[in-house]
Amino acid sequence: MTQWEVVIGIETHAQLATRSKIFSGASTAFGAAPNTQACAVDLALPGVLPVLNKGAVDCAIRFGLAIGARVAEKSVFARKNYFYPDLPKGYQISQFELPVVVGGAVTIPVGQGDKAYEKVVRLTRAHLEEDAGKSLHEDFHGKSGIDLNRAGTPLLEIVSEPEMRSSDEAVAYAKALHALVRWIGICDGNMQEGSFRCDANVSVRPKGQAEFGTRREIKNLNSFRFLKEAIDFEVQWQINEIEEGRKIQQATVLFDPDSGETRMMRTKEDAHDYRYFPDPDLLPLVIGADWIARVQGELPELPGQKRERFMADLGLSAYDATTLTANQESADYFEAVVAVAGKANAKPCANWVMVDLAARLNKEGKELAESPVSAAQLGGLILRIADNTISNAIAKKVFEALWSAEGASADEIIEKQGLKQITDSGAIEALVDEILAANAANVAEFKAGKEKAFNALVGQVMKAAKGKANPQQVNELLRRKLQG
Amino acid sequence: MSLTLEQVQRIAHLARIEVSADEAQVTQGHLNGIFQLIEAMQAVDTRGVEPMAHAQDVSQRLRPDEVSETDRRAAFQAVAPETEAGLYLVPKVIE
Repeated sequence: MTQWEVVIGIETHAQLATRSKIFSGASTAFGAAPNTQACAVDLALPGVLPVLNKGAVDCAIRFGLAIGARVAEKSVFARKNYFYPDLPKGYQISQFELPVVVGGAVTIPVGQGDKAYEKVVRLTRAHLEEDAGKSLHEDFHGKSGIDLNRAGTPLLEIVSEPEMRSSDEAVAYAKALHALVRWIGICDGNMQEGSFRCDANVSVRPKGQAEFGTRREIKNLNSFRFLKEAIDFEVQWQINEIEEGRKIQQATVLFDPDSGETRMMRTKEDAHDYRYFPDPDLLPLVIGADWIARVQGELPELPGQKRERFMADLGLSAYDATTLTANQESADYFEAVVAVAGKANAKPCANWVMVDLAARLNKEGKELAESPVSAAQLGGLILRIADNTISNAIAKKVFEALWSAEGASADEIIEKQGLKQITDSGAIEALVDEILAANAANVAEFKAGKEKAFNALVGQVMKAAKGKANPQQVNELLRRKLQG
Repeated sequence: MSLTLEQVQRIAHLARIEVSADEAQVTQGHLNGIFQLIEAMQAVDTRGVEPMAHAQDVSQRLRPDEVSETDRRAAFQAVAPETEAGLYLVPKVIE
């Protein structure tokens, strides 16, 4: 059996969060009545000329700096020629030979638990271009309806190197990129509205082979789930084709979410020949060092910087730091928890956010922003574990109580429900004596060398204490008494 | 370098221009004339000369990110061949 290796590269179109279009002064607001935001430039009326939006360039520079790329001192707009009714000029203004952003990389966390790892995915380039309009094919007496509101909306097309090796890595990359463009405020990331969409180039090759296999491009995936499903289906399809002796033809395919299958849109033979050439209507875009320095000064602390700080200042592991900085919401939440619980408790804070809270949110299908337990409440709870007011086991109870709003704070719940840990050694000793007297059989077993019997006795004491006895003290006392 | 008639027809198709066999012959001659010009230019030693993306050696003027256009749909659609529900109608296209 041949072992197959999957090779994936991703092209992402991120709509930039500007007020106006990339080459005209029309609004980019989503949801307006058809064609009310399509001006003469967007409609390609004769005699109009494009004028570049400085805000769109600002976004491209922000992105370039955030991924450690080179921001080109000089980049050039080119015409990509093809005919489609939602592209009135007959060409899309894009960038070809000289893009605005070159290189860079993103660090992505892949997988969960023991199988989790980090990977650096390099980027090839990112370039500015304009979006097309929308075609509506339903019910216009055999005709198509064209809405050009979206025509001319600024896009940043972000192209990765073909460095992902599984659908999980592809999704992790797409999520990391999605979080980053939102983090630096250049894209609202709304996938339903098409603000962030991915094309996946997928090929397979026998493990160990140096050359890439022939790739097929899956177009327009607008959710992380579809991205994964489409790639998984495509990979299996390609492997089957090759194993049955057929060759993969380079092609563009679409994913049908209803059937879960990819189907061919066009093969290489009838693929577009775009005949790129520099757009004579636009001069080269020159970005000086002063402009880059200004944008640099306006950038927030980036995920990578925050990650380093979490490791250096708070002593978190690389994996924890990457996971917590995977998006702005979780980083902010975690920092707010630490602000209450203190830096010394950063590690338990990370665990509570990444494990307990994440699992609870997941169970309810909620986002972090909708968490019924606030960062301040969680921080307060962690403080009480740290100062031995409650045990970890009881803390989970308190967390549940916070979740269902049984009290405003951990302190209130601990007080109201009498969950304070028993640390008074006299009280614990009384409990231990009581249990030892009542469980002679277990005691005998332990003395005969059965360590399991000890755990049973601990369990009995904890039960008698309703879980509130300090587990460490119970252990020590019990062992002392049994061995004494 | 010179173009074949087939290449002329392909370019015409890409540009959605219908050319007859006679026109293709004439066009082939024109295009090959242009290629000769290009060849003459390519014979010049341009080592050390930075390529220009535009005939004018100036950089792009930028405009601030502000909405300056108002809704003029009614005026634009008054001259469109066919519209409905605010949409421009075109012969059906489905890819």
